[in-house]
Amino acid sequence: MNFAMKAAIGLAVLGLAACNNPDKYGDGVVDPGGAYGSGAYGAGAGGVSQGNINDPNSPAYFNGRVGDMVHFLVDQSTLSGEAIQILSGQAQWLNSHPQYSAIIEGHADEQGTREYNLALGARRASAVQEYLISQGVSSARLRTVSYGKERPLATCAAESCFAQNRRAVTVISLGAGS
Amino acid sequence: MFRFAMAAVAALMIGPAVALAQDGPLHIEIDEGVIEPLPYAMPVFLDEGGAGKFASDIAGVVNADLEGTGLFRRIGDNAYIQKFSAFNTPVSYADWQAINAQALIVGGVSQQGGKVVVKFRLYDVYSGQELGAGQQLAASPESWRRLAHKVADVIYSRITGESGYFDSRVVFVSETGPKNARQKRLAVMDYDGANVNYLTDSSTIVLAPRFSPKGDRVLYTTFETGFPRIKVINVSNAAGQLLPDVPGTMAFSPRFSPDGNSIVYSLEQNGNTDLYKSSATGGSPVRLTNSPAIETAPSFSPDGSRIVFESDRSGGQQIYIMSASGGEPTRISFGDGRYGTPVWSPRGDLIAFTKQSGGRFFIGVMRTDGSEERLLTASYLDEGPTWAPNGRVIMFTREAPGAGGGAQLFSVDITGRNLRKVGNPGGASDPSWGPLRP
Repeated sequence: MNFAMKAAIGLAVLGLAACNNPDKYGDGVVDPGGAYGSGAYGAGAGGVSQGNINDPNSPAYFNGRVGDMVHFLVDQSTLSGEAIQILSGQAQWLNSHPQYSAIIEGHADEQGTREYNLALGARRASAVQEYLISQGVSSARLRTVSYGKERPLATCAAESCFAQNRRAVTVISLGAGS
Repeated sequence: MFRFAMAAVAALMIGPAVALAQDGPLHIEIDEGVIEPLPYAMPVFLDEGGAGKFASDIAGVVNADLEGTGLFRRIGDNAYIQKFSAFNTPVSYADWQAINAQALIVGGVSQQGGKVVVKFRLYDVYSGQELGAGQQLAASPESWRRLAHKVADVIYSRITGESGYFDSRVVFVSETGPKNARQKRLAVMDYDGANVNYLTDSSTIVLAPRFSPKGDRVLYTTFETGFPRIKVINVSNAAGQLLPDVPGTMAFSPRFSPDGNSIVYSLEQNGNTDLYKSSATGGSPVRLTNSPAIETAPSFSPDGSRIVFESDRSGGQQIYIMSASGGEPTRISFGDGRYGTPVWSPRGDLIAFTKQSGGRFFIGVMRTDGSEERLLTASYLDEGPTWAPNGRVIMFTREAPGAGGGAQLFSVDITGRNLRKVGNPGGASDPSWGPLRP
């Protein structure tokens, strides 16, 4: 019962996010482990089956319905209200699925120098990590990594693409963490 | 006359030749009408016994080196009046003055005992005398390009009074594939893009390599463990070693000290990035900065006493200098926009940097006190300058926009003149120019 409530909240959060940012999920087709679910180049969910997106216990559900990704303003690592709603859903899911741990990937757009962007991506990943910890997720289950500007999702030379690339992706995998 | 021309070349290389438009930072005018390259004549190198194709190949690389600087222009063979039948044929200076050659280079190539041997003489046409003594160099046949680069380095050095930079190598990141699935490999090449050799495969992301001062090792950042780590690799056999890490952190942006015995690098913990110094194998790390801002992209001064780096402690990326042992840094960049990737000139006088302003990227130089800022290039994305060993030329990455936009290496001299693509190594980024080879 408790779980079902949380799942419902997660769905509601996704609904909000999708409304506020229709571009984020493109045509709305979720491709777990693919286009955006995998984060950087196939890091994926550690070889875990993604499962069915309609199964609230599946990684596919986490990626597609809870939302595995939050976005940032230019050169910022501050969490927006929309990001906090998504991350609240992530924290609830992680709290009710203790068998999963997560690597939080921070990314930057290409409008920055390479090493600065690596540090900036780390700031973003860390902001997400801190929020999840504040919501009760054990720090032992969370690691961060930054890819800087090395793994853009969108490649056009315009803000519409840059905005998609300034992101942090929570990549879950089976295992209780370190 | 020739002495005057020599002085003129030296002065032109130093003097500011970039005119910044006054109506905004986005437009750079390079006044290309001012410099007239020094005209020289170089008859085809004589075959002095078994030279084969090396005679023309070596001469071709010498010409490419000299003309590639933008400071020299070769007069074509069909203008030549005097023909050389032997290396020691007396020079008819009037014949070379008549075609307005200011310098004359005469060379001969032979093969002896399994070596390619090059000898050459450099003449000052207007004063009617040889400039420096004739020289002879020998190398194994597979090193014939190095022979040519060494000849060109001597000629460049005698005429400009500066040391050369042609017999040098560049370590860089070779790039293939589209922007959202880019594959990266560490590679080394000659300064002109020839002789590309790969040091790693494309199985993981590699970033921002730096040559050791002697050119025997390379420091770089690798994702091979899944997280950014610093690795040092031996150039001759590609044997690499990960430096020890601190669990839960990222380490990146490593640079050698001028003596090659220590390194400075960035360490990220809990989202905060600071600078550390350690031995060249990662031992005895010492924290150099302690601020909640991002401190990265360090570079030692040539004497090893100071470190220039970037920090966003003021709210955006700016350039700072501190003692090599840490302590309070001094900010040196104050212009509009963001300043990053500072690199100290091997001559010690200038800092090269990447500037971002108005959605454009620029490569520029400033004095070590931040004065006399000059922007040398501008494009959608220029970044990551590295200095030629003589501090007169800068190589950098230029990335084109959009999904198909690739990264390529370009070079420009410190007056902003002679912007050119470097060789043809394919997609390439993050160059680090090594020392002049012994």
